Amino acid sequence: MRVTHFARSLATVIWLAATGAEAFEVEDQKLYPGTGATTIKVVSTADLDVFEPFILQFQAEQPAVGIDYYVASSTELHAAIRDGEVFDVAISSAMDLQFQLANDGAAQAYTSPVTDALPAWARWRDQVFAFTAEPAVAVISRERFAGLPRPTSRQELIALLRQNPDVFEDSIGTYDVRQSGLGYLFATQEARNSDTFWRLSELMGRQGAALYCCSAQMIDDVGSGRLALAYNVLGSYAAERIARDDRLEVLEMEDYATVMLRTALIPATATQTEGAALFLDRLLQEGLRDTPETWVLPPLGAADQPEARAYGPIRLGPALLVYLDQLNREAFLRAWSDAMVQ
Amino acid sequence: MSDAARGPFWWRSIGQRLTVLLAAIAAVLAVLSWWMVTSFAREAAERTQDNVLVASATTIAEALRSEQGTILLELPYSAFAMLNAIGEDRVFYRVAAGGETITGYDDLIPPTLPERPGDVAVRTISYRGDQVRVVSVQRTVLAGQQPVPVVVSVGQTRTGVEAIGTGLSRTAAVLSVAFFLLAVGLGAVAANSSLRPLNAFAQAVTRRGPSDLRPLRRKVPDELSPLLIALNRLMERLGQSIRRSEEFIAEAAHRVRTPLATVRAQAELALHTVEKENEKKMLRRVIRAVDESSRSASQLLDHATVSFRAEALARDEVDLADLVVRVAESLSPTAEMKDISFRLDATAPAPVRGDLILLESALRNVLDNSIKYSPGETEVSVTLSQDDPAQWRLTVRDHGRGFSAESLPALTGRFTRGGNVDKIVGSGLGLTIAEDVLIAHGGRLELATPKDGVGACVSLILPAA
Repeated sequence: MRVTHFARSLATVIWLAATGAEAFEVEDQKLYPGTGATTIKVVSTADLDVFEPFILQFQAEQPAVGIDYYVASSTELHAAIRDGEVFDVAISSAMDLQFQLANDGAAQAYTSPVTDALPAWARWRDQVFAFTAEPAVAVISRERFAGLPRPTSRQELIALLRQNPDVFEDSIGTYDVRQSGLGYLFATQEARNSDTFWRLSELMGRQGAALYCCSAQMIDDVGSGRLALAYNVLGSYAAERIARDDRLEVLEMEDYATVMLRTALIPATATQTEGAALFLDRLLQEGLRDTPETWVLPPLGAADQPEARAYGPIRLGPALLVYLDQLNREAFLRAWSDAMVQ
Repeated sequence: MSDAARGPFWWRSIGQRLTVLLAAIAAVLAVLSWWMVTSFAREAAERTQDNVLVASATTIAEALRSEQGTILLELPYSAFAMLNAIGEDRVFYRVAAGGETITGYDDLIPPTLPERPGDVAVRTISYRGDQVRVVSVQRTVLAGQQPVPVVVSVGQTRTGVEAIGTGLSRTAAVLSVAFFLLAVGLGAVAANSSLRPLNAFAQAVTRRGPSDLRPLRRKVPDELSPLLIALNRLMERLGQSIRRSEEFIAEAAHRVRTPLATVRAQAELALHTVEKENEKKMLRRVIRAVDESSRSASQLLDHATVSFRAEALARDEVDLADLVVRVAESLSPTAEMKDISFRLDATAPAPVRGDLILLESALRNVLDNSIKYSPGETEVSVTLSQDDPAQWRLTVRDHGRGFSAESLPALTGRFTRGGNVDKIVGSGLGLTIAEDVLIAHGGRLELATPKDGVGACVSLILPAA
């Protein structure tokens, strides 16, 4: 696993060196050649191993369409599309950045029977389409939590952290919202919904929380026992990991859940729009499926769970621009740093 | 008339004219109401968007504050969340202090800016490939000791407004078409019902018999009463005029007949007293001429009588068989003069209802004709038969010259005579009188040439009593 990952990264670096054209930082890349002349360029924040099953499924149905899959961070992806890099489909977990791309005119409109079937909250101007609903969850290490009660709300979690400083000292992980677009989205939405966020952040900062760029690494560290608790990790990744690692457990929080929509759009620069339309339709069909088990990424129906329903998924709308505003971002990061980095 | 004939087909009928005009009015009103609803809806949607934009910009302006000489702003979440109310529209904003952008889209510069704090400037501009409605408000913030004017501009594309306007416009269009169709239907009903008295009036006039000149007595709408009055006056004058001329004719015939009788009697006496053959011949010619004149006068009198009596027809029971015998008897002297014999085939009873004098006059005229146009020593037969229980047929058949085929249909016309009368004197009234009488009794006159081609066959057909 590690080796293949390294090899793939190496291949990427070589490829980058060879073309030299890409101005943005690509984390991973793989070409799935098709039998026809069409090859669509897809840029995504989702890791290859998460997305590969879908790509293979798609190519089984549309063998003619080749797929050139790039993995990038959400900020890199946003910057690349904004600056006019040519991609046919852009898939990102940072729905605020995706929204901003569409709002600023960097996305094309697309309609089909599949997009019409989407619920109104899962699309915006026929430009941004959601295909997953993924909650932010807290993942704990069973070993480190031995003998401790499982908190069911943020209030109980705060109480637990206060009462057991020895267990959680340097053992809490969360997103570094300064680096991670998704972490920033989760943090801002949670701060908007509940005042417990700041108390929790302060508490985590006082106990020397470790900051991460990505959900996968946080889950890795909880699995290894280095962390007792990872707060606000992507539920979809956690669920996939727990399925094969019984050292992990997801805390069932009943007070609220922040639900993010993973979104796709066709950039204005897209050249293979027909292939992109096929890919997007297939992706949205996956999002509209009833059974969540077939793919790691949960369908839109996941937004209909009880704790998620209380607030609904984060709304695709102009309000997403608020926390992208430079002044707001600076203010929020200042407050967050004050609480977290002590 | 000429005006009505010149227009398009629907212009020729008042009903269609009304319907088409009402439909045209309805169409104009429907289009007008659709246009009004559409423009109101659009304006309402636009105003709503303006209000939301003003509220958003004001909310942002309220959040401005300063700290140690720097202007700070924390964009309120609600300021942008509320913009979702209109629809899925792109949103742009800019906060600028004294021309310097504090945050937002650098290039969003509305052409007009509010001049004083509290002012609101609203403009539609073209921005990033879309029409964008931009609202700017101004607020003065004290930065240190310096009052700094800060302009907050919030812009939004108009997709939602267009969608609301289009949706309402479509609804209004459907409603307008429905109203139009309803108005056309109601207009047709209204036109029809307002013309009903006129149609009824026309039908009442049409239904009348040709000689019915009684005044019309019916309720008509005010617009029609001048027409009714004029029509009744016209009929009254017409009736009077007909009556006067009939009276005149009767009077004239009567006055002519009496002196003629005297002349005839004197001529008869003279005939017996003169001895020279050529004088006798002259006198006979006089007598014949007087006879013809007297007969014409009788016929004129008969005709006038028919016209009078037919107006108020008596409904006495009359036996046709009796009638035949009586009329034949009265005419036998004339017949004998030409050695013409009658053969009567009429067995009583053959009752009909009618005016005895008129029926007698009809039969006498027909028989008289037969005698007149038959050569001497021939036979005239009168047959009474019943084709069906409802009517009697009285057939008079002679062996005279018959009818000429081409004049047959016109013979019953007044003063019309056949094409083959040669030198026989006649008024052309006989068959007219007979037909008038029969029609007044609900019967008819039939003229035919017998199958063997000799003579004429006249049938008087009357409904049985």
